[in-house]
Amino acid sequence: MQIVDRRLNPKSKSLGNRQRFLRRAKAEIREAVKEAIKNRRVSEVDGSERVKIKSKNLREPSFSHGRGSGIRDMVLPGNEEYHAGDRIDKPQGGGGGGRGREGSPDGDGQDEFSFSLSREEFLDLFFDDLALPNMVKVKLKDIKSPKPARAGFTSDGSPARLNHVRTMRNSLGRRIALRRPSEAEIEKLEQQLAAAEADTPRDEQLIAKLRSEIEHKRRLRKTIAYIDPIDLRFNRFERVPKPTTQAVMFCLMDVSASMTENLKDLAKRFFMLLHVFLTRHYREVHIVFIRHTSQAAVVDEETFFRGTDTGGTVISSALEEMMKVVRARYSPADWNIYAAQASDGDNFHDDMPRCLELLEREILPVCQYFAYIETAHGERYSDTMETSVWSGYTEIADGHPNFAMKRVSSPDEIFPVFRDLFSRTGVAA
Amino acid sequence: MPSDHPTNPGIELPPRRGAALKPLFDGAEWDFKLVNDVYDVMHGIAIGEMGLDIYPNQIEVITAEQMLDAYSSIGMPLMYRHWSFGKRFAYDEAMYRKGLRSLAFEIVINSNPCINYIMEENTMTMQALVIAHAAFGHNHFFKNNYQFRQWTQADHIIDYLAFAKAFVAECEEKYGQDAVESVLDAAHALMNQGVSRQLTVRQRNPLRREIERERTRREHVERTQTVLDRTLPEINRGEPTEKTAATGEQRRLGLPEENILYFLEKHAPKLADWQRELLRIVRNLAQYFYPQRQTKMMNEGCATFTHYEILNRLYERGQLTEGSMLEFLHSHSSVVFQPAFNDRRYSGMNPYALGFAMMRDIQRICTEPTSEDRDWFPDFAGNGDPMGTLRDAWANFRDESFVLQYLSPKVMRDFRLFALRDDHKDSAVVVRAIHNERGYREVRRQLASTYDVAAHDPDLQVTDADLSGSRRLVITHTVRNGVTLDKTECERTLQHLARLWGYRVRLIEIEEGATKVLREHEVLPMP
Repeated sequence: MQIVDRRLNPKSKSLGNRQRFLRRAKAEIREAVKEAIKNRRVSEVDGSERVKIKSKNLREPSFSHGRGSGIRDMVLPGNEEYHAGDRIDKPQGGGGGGRGREGSPDGDGQDEFSFSLSREEFLDLFFDDLALPNMVKVKLKDIKSPKPARAGFTSDGSPARLNHVRTMRNSLGRRIALRRPSEAEIEKLEQQLAAAEADTPRDEQLIAKLRSEIEHKRRLRKTIAYIDPIDLRFNRFERVPKPTTQAVMFCLMDVSASMTENLKDLAKRFFMLLHVFLTRHYREVHIVFIRHTSQAAVVDEETFFRGTDTGGTVISSALEEMMKVVRARYSPADWNIYAAQASDGDNFHDDMPRCLELLEREILPVCQYFAYIETAHGERYSDTMETSVWSGYTEIADGHPNFAMKRVSSPDEIFPVFRDLFSRTGVAA
Repeated sequence: MPSDHPTNPGIELPPRRGAALKPLFDGAEWDFKLVNDVYDVMHGIAIGEMGLDIYPNQIEVITAEQMLDAYSSIGMPLMYRHWSFGKRFAYDEAMYRKGLRSLAFEIVINSNPCINYIMEENTMTMQALVIAHAAFGHNHFFKNNYQFRQWTQADHIIDYLAFAKAFVAECEEKYGQDAVESVLDAAHALMNQGVSRQLTVRQRNPLRREIERERTRREHVERTQTVLDRTLPEINRGEPTEKTAATGEQRRLGLPEENILYFLEKHAPKLADWQRELLRIVRNLAQYFYPQRQTKMMNEGCATFTHYEILNRLYERGQLTEGSMLEFLHSHSSVVFQPAFNDRRYSGMNPYALGFAMMRDIQRICTEPTSEDRDWFPDFAGNGDPMGTLRDAWANFRDESFVLQYLSPKVMRDFRLFALRDDHKDSAVVVRAIHNERGYREVRRQLASTYDVAAHDPDLQVTDADLSGSRRLVITHTVRNGVTLDKTECERTLQHLARLWGYRVRLIEIEEGATKVLREHEVLPMP
């Protein structure tokens, strides 16, 4: 008999099977993911997710006897009251002895079932929908941006990395171990030799002995090097994930009645993507939700996406609110500040100059990046019709590399804004 | 062994007899040395006292996650890749995480050496139980039962699976995942029709030779095929060179043929060589698992009987503490619990319960027979050799014949078995026999027939294939007792079949012994 410990074997032997399974049910799973995103918080976008799917691609048919035809004989245990010849009325629906059927995992019931997607799998599908180029997907998912850090010592390296203390310690130890004579020892012997030579009568035997000893020690000093290649130690560096810092993300949104549920959903996708991006690059990411009509307020996420408000639209109120929060809590010296603004492009006309001034003077100088996305219904989205916000922002867009604006009417248009983000800030590119 | 049967309360410790040896272990902790020591003692009991005959054992310790992995690949240590295994894994995992189902304590593989998976979180008592169950019980059954001896080659299965896995991976690389998947999907759908029930020379091909065969075939192709050949139009290998009379053609094709996968592999006109090889792999696996389906109840009964016997003997000699014995009895009694038909927990006959009860009963009949037993089992009642009788039963029977031969009135009374007939034309289910003098034989006959896999699977045969003309394939379902096929499932499966065949496929359902066609299905392969 032989006992083998397999516990340390590579796990998830069935990963390949799982990939094939996900590929098979891709369309259905993607639907489920879309559904899941709707019910998720922005900061929760990258967790694992339970999804429930029903897929005709996952059927495994086989020839089997149909129910409801012919004569079936069966034997059951636990008879207490029946005698031969008794008739037991079938329950409605004609199931009869259907109890006898063993529950099999391959039965019809399995057509629909729920299971968990891992974080990676979930993000894959999430990105899929946003039409991200593969390169960027890798970057978004790759948490580490490496930076060299000290990691012990090595016996090989460039001279510039030589570690003197370690090297000399090795050298000293080796010299002691091999009994390399010191200069002082030889000098002492030479003095004795000189004394012996000066002595009368000359003790030739002693002189010869001292001479050979000096000779031997000198030879030792020559053969045993002061510093040998095996003593050398070099500092070693390893590439480790770069220490990350903190960032704050401002989500600004117009919640006046003209922003429909659909438009808000688009905005939410955008905020989620930005959040994923930020959490990849910063250790700590705070999110501040500011919604506005004619007045702005910091709110929680639920109110931000679900609540509606009535009133006009004064964007500058949100920008002012944002600066107020920045001054109170997020000093630009300590925090990377990102802002994303979503709106349908309506603004109280007289408000635009004030907005531009705020952006140019205060916000853009402290922001890593400011993204404006204009969500629009399909029919409203045309190049000829410029909204007041759009035309206003166009003026400042050119002079500021950290400002981007984009119109989106469907989820797959969200990504171009991000491409701008990557190419301009150079954070990940 | 499932771990989630409902518990049966009211366990009492059996009295200890005989000399007291020192307990082998105390407490739940186990380590490799302890498992080894316990194994050695149990080996002495199983081989020396019970006369079991086993393959060498290999015990592998795995984690719960690895157990889930093993589940999804039908318990085999190696398996080719296919999405359906991923689906099964996702399903099992979901059930496990929700706490709806606990994992089996062990998985055992019919191979030589016999591989036993045991879980790391089992207590020492449970390890002893599962080793007695799998490493001795199942192992003995695998090695000695005639079904396994005839149909499976324990020596080569692992090598063959390794070959199958590599071959499928290679095909995926060459022809794409989709192409391979579509063949495997179709082959899996027909797996139950990929078994030859009658033994002929061609299935005795050892699996080792299978691997060899595929390699030489490929080498031959590589040697003889030149680039020029590939520009030639493909020749349909199934096409006869000259027209033969219909009956001659049928004979040439070996019709009627019950093994549909075999027939397709040999005669489907459009398949490429690698596709035929994939069908062959699935067919060989179906054949490998066929004995397990035929002997599920006996196999589990044998393993349960063995673990019960071994642990009791350990306890009697004092080598098991009372605590361990209680833990063992608790697990054991939940494994062999049989809920009544009207119990919410009922889900069919529990093979562990029936198998164990029958084998304990054989033991009793051999040693303390009643006059009833002497009437029913004159051959072995009171012969005083329970182990010899059981070993003989384990070697030479399958579930159906075992029930027919050995089910005693006492077991029928204990289980309170009764036979029912459900005619879909009738508004009521009729009780045909119960556990009384007049009913025993009828109940036994009927219970045996429910264990007949051949009757459980629909009886389908390839009856006609026109290779020169319309290329239509005809499958006949011989209907018994008027039970026809499930319509939607049948049509979906036929779709798979048509894809392999490449042309029109017709399935007719005919009542046994009659000529009237009850139902007819016809499908064309989807482009």
